[in-house]
Amino acid sequence: MSHQKNNLREEILRISGVNVKKCMKCGKCSASCPSYDEMEFHPHQFVSMIDEGNIEPLLNSESLYHCLSCFACAERCPRGVEPAKLIDAVRVTATRRQGGDRIKPEDIPCILDENTPGQLLMTAFRKYKK
Amino acid sequence: MKMQYFPGCTLKNKAKQLDIYARQCAEVLGVTLEEPKEWQCCGGAFTSSSDEIATKLSSVRLLKTAAEQGEALVTVCSACHNVVKQTNYAMQHDSVFADRVNRYFAQENAAPYAGDAQVYHYLELLRDVIGFDKVAQAVKAPLKGKKIAAYYGCLLLRPSKVIAMDDPENPRIIEELIRAMGAEPVIWARRNECCGGYVTAVSPEQAEKNSRKLCDNAIACGAEMIVTACPLCKYNLERQGCPIPVVYLTELLAEAFGVTEVQA
Repeated sequence: MSHQKNNLREEILRISGVNVKKCMKCGKCSASCPSYDEMEFHPHQFVSMIDEGNIEPLLNSESLYHCLSCFACAERCPRGVEPAKLIDAVRVTATRRQGGDRIKPEDIPCILDENTPGQLLMTAFRKYKK
Repeated sequence: MKMQYFPGCTLKNKAKQLDIYARQCAEVLGVTLEEPKEWQCCGGAFTSSSDEIATKLSSVRLLKTAAEQGEALVTVCSACHNVVKQTNYAMQHDSVFADRVNRYFAQENAAPYAGDAQVYHYLELLRDVIGFDKVAQAVKAPLKGKKIAAYYGCLLLRPSKVIAMDDPENPRIIEELIRAMGAEPVIWARRNECCGGYVTAVSPEQAEKNSRKLCDNAIACGAEMIVTACPLCKYNLERQGCPIPVVYLTELLAEAFGVTEVQA
């Protein structure tokens, strides 16, 4: 693994607090995921790819923006691996990069309708913007 | 009894009925919910990455205010509750995070926060502080014959080691409240699945698909109504055209208590 890849791997593991080595590859996380059909990389693949240091494809994947942070994968993991925290860490890393914002204030008027709760806007900004 | 109460941004705007009836029904049960003089939005979502500090400060300030008052903190909105509970847990269990947070307070010459606030969701207030038996005694207009689906979603239950309200796979707290109000809870498979949440902002069709599955499942199990504590769940379910009413739990409680007067 290159030095750069290893640094990124260590950073993701540190900020997520996840121990990927505990994974026993049962696939229950991906089987539990309500966004499975929308994701190119599924929760179990985040675990294995991060362990391998193969993180750049994850950083550039739309899968980051389909995760609901619903924690079904984390709750149901028999080994306590918590893939949702890994996805959150990769997403945070992606949005912190220059030009990484997935949503901008000027996108909001197109999203709003008369019932849109403030909660949606706050949450979307937190999850999709630096 | 007086407790600190955090309504959050949405309860001051699109979900006023969740806020107003929460306060009025608590008064019926002898609890005064006092809003802190100053508060900010909880942040809407908890970012699990431990190096996110500034975005969690508003929740820490809220917890600190309640702790300094020596009173428990009550939340109603599922998202507020999730964010505030997870932030409190991080303050208690992640010493590096807690230290970095407390450096902000040190700059303001304010005391550090030790993670000692007690946080209750409104449902926990009803179950653990007041008791569902007392809630049942306060019911004046039982919701007899109503078949109601309790919708938990994700935020009220998970991560369960932090939220610690109920069994994340087989919860019963809302069903118990439904029974206390004289109605009949409908048990359905998807009651602890996510509605699509904030994904509505960037991928509305994905949220619509999730919400449609939820409504279909509740109706197939015989529900005439869905009850929730989350404004975003209600929005997502209604947005895709849920054919049965989606109501806040405090609205139902107000109906059962005969509390109808709306105070602005």
